Order: sequence, then structure tokens, then C-alpha cells
Amino acid sequence: MTKEEILTKVKEIVAEQLDVDQEKVTMNANIKDDLEADSLDVFEIMNELEDDLDIKLEADENVQTIEDVVNYVKKELDAK
Amino acid sequence: MAAIKIAASAHYVPEKKVTNDDLSQLMDTSDEWISSRTGIHQRHISCGENTADLCTKVAQELLKKSRLTADQLDLIIVATMSPDCYTPATAAIVQGNIQAVNAAAFDVSAACSGFVYALTTAKAMMGLPSYQRVMVIGGEVLSKVIDWTDRTTAVLFGDGAAGVVLENSETTSSKFLSEDLETYGDLADRLQAGSTAPLQKFPANSPHHFEAFKMNGRDVYTFATHKVPLSIETAVKRSGLELEQVDWFILHQANSRIISQIAKRLKQPLAKFPMNIAEYGNTSGASVPLLFDELAEAGQIKAGQIIVLSGFGGGLTVGTQVIKY
Repeated sequence: MTKEEILTKVKEIVAEQLDVDQEKVTMNANIKDDLEADSLDVFEIMNELEDDLDIKLEADENVQTIEDVVNYVKKELDAK
Repeated sequence: MAAIKIAASAHYVPEKKVTNDDLSQLMDTSDEWISSRTGIHQRHISCGENTADLCTKVAQELLKKSRLTADQLDLIIVATMSPDCYTPATAAIVQGNIQAVNAAAFDVSAACSGFVYALTTAKAMMGLPSYQRVMVIGGEVLSKVIDWTDRTTAVLFGDGAAGVVLENSETTSSKFLSEDLETYGDLADRLQAGSTAPLQKFPANSPHHFEAFKMNGRDVYTFATHKVPLSIETAVKRSGLELEQVDWFILHQANSRIISQIAKRLKQPLAKFPMNIAEYGNTSGASVPLLFDELAEAGQIKAGQIIVLSGFGGGLTVGTQVIKY
């Protein structure tokens, strides 16, 4: 999967979970500050990504922006 | 052929209410933080009453409502993760308090799934001729095992007890249809309360070790939102029914957002998932019968309806019962 493809998937899941427009889910957007996610939202976003992409996402503390999520998912997909 | 009916249900919670604002005076938290993440607005906290005291109040109410005398009971099962002591069982103390002299009594330890595990145990034992009238109670005084300095867990829990009387009946149209119990012992360390430790040498030079409640929030959240829907699907399938035929999903009241996710994963309307977590918080083994009793009292649960009871928590465990009321 390319970064662009991962971003499309992340946008879909984040927009659905946080009830925001996909346009707001940009690479620079901070999940908690800009998109107003709380810790349970982040759990659920990680869970959805795990289920859809068949990967395991462990720590979520260091994930701040959408770009962080995309990079983390890319790393786990590449390691599969 | 005889079938099991729920002859009565009852609940009791301690008088003292502690609001989110009360907690924000004690620790760095707020009503907004707690209610938006959990759906909890307040909880009842016991001052002076232990788990067996709460369960005894429920047992007395159950006798009154079912019009049974204590000596007619054959069995008392209490589901609890906060018993008065290692031994005797909380159920034995209740048996003594209400003088149910003919009843065997023991506890079931399966944390927040405990009531459903206990119901399943009761259902199985009611296939034996000696156990025709059974009291099943879930009761907790969690406030005594909580670390009141840990704001990530202290805000979640409350105290309370609730239960049912089950009777084998030749005439009832109600029925316990099917169940599913699952245990994930490899995740045992994700949610623990009251851990003890062996002596490191003899004679011991340190006091007995006792640890308060601790939880890995994300792992438990992931477990609940994935495994509970699976258990419900399995149990409902075993009953020969479809999810659409279920009238009420009475789930353990751990967190309103976990319940919403479970409803979403089951593709069932949230309106079929009643909640009372706002008033009581998470009362572990008491939460399923506490919600059941409130709905029964309000007349919302009607004869002939299909009800799913599902608990999930420490073990990690999940348990589901499908009942025709």
C-alpha cells in the first residue's frame, strides 16, 4: 500500500469515527487538538485500522498527527 | 417439561451518591471529562455496608417479591469480585442472614461477567432435582478495592447489588434459551484487583500485600468492543434466533461508548441497548441485574420478549445468556 492509499483509508476511518468532513483530515492535522479526538476515539481509530488492514498497532501515545498515523501504519504494513 | 422462569428481581444501592463534581474536588478530573468518555454522572458509594450487607438487602427484597419463604430456597449464588473475605463466601453470609437453612451457597468469581456466569451455573444446576428454587445475586463494594488516588480508574466504579429468583415451572412460557461463556486467561493481567503475593521468606518480615484495582484501558476497550459482539452473535445463533428478533440487549454497564461500539458492530439500533450507567457507574457483577430490575420495574421488559444479557470484564471474561422472558 502506498502512503496515498493509506491516507485515503485513514481519512475514511477518522472522518467516520470523529464525525468530521474528510477534507479536515489532512496530513498535518493533530488528532486530539485539531480533530478533537479523545483517548477512546484514538483506541477506536487504531482498532478499525487493525481490523481493516490486518496489522497490530501497539502504542498510540506517540501518534499526534494524521501523518504520524499514516507513517505508523506504513511501517507495520511493510514489516508484515 | 419444566422451564426456568424469573420469579422476581430486585436491587439495592447504598444511599450515598458521589457526583463527578464531588470527585473533581478530590482529584484532577472534571464532570465534562468523565461524562464525555464514560457516560457516568454519579455513582453510589457504600459507607459502612459491605458486599454481603448489600446482597442481603437484595435477598430480603427478592423473598418479598417472589412470595417465597427463605427455607424454600435450594441454592444461593453470589457473583462478586469484592467479597467480604476469602472465606466464608459472600453467599454463605447472605444465606445465614436470611436464614435460608435449606440452601447451598457459594460465590462465583468472574468479575463483570460474574452474574451471567452465575446464571449459567444456576441454569445447569436446576437440571438436578435438588435445585428448583435458586437465588442469583451480583453484588459489589468496589469502593474498597479502588485506588482513590488513580483518576484513570477511580472515576469509573460504583457500589450496588441486584439479583433474581429463578424457579423451575411446569406452566411458564419463559425459557433460558442459550448461552456462551468465553475466558481469555492470556489477558489476565489486563484487569486486576486485590492481587496478593506469597511470602518471600519465612518468617515473613513484611505485612500482607494487597493491590488495588488496575487496568490496561486500551486492551480492555479493544477486548470489549471485539469479543462481546462475537459472544452475543454466538449465543443468539445457538438459540436459533436472529439478532433482529432480540428485543433488549442488557449489557454490563462499563462505559456508554463501549456499548455504542458494540451496538454498531452488531448493526443493531442503540435504542435496544438500555443504559443506567449515568446514575450508578460501573458496578461490575451487579450491573446486569441492576439494569434488568430497573427495566422490569418500569414495565419495559414484557412477557415473551427476547432478552440478551451480556457481561464482560476481568479474566478477561465474557458471558452471554439469551432468555425468553
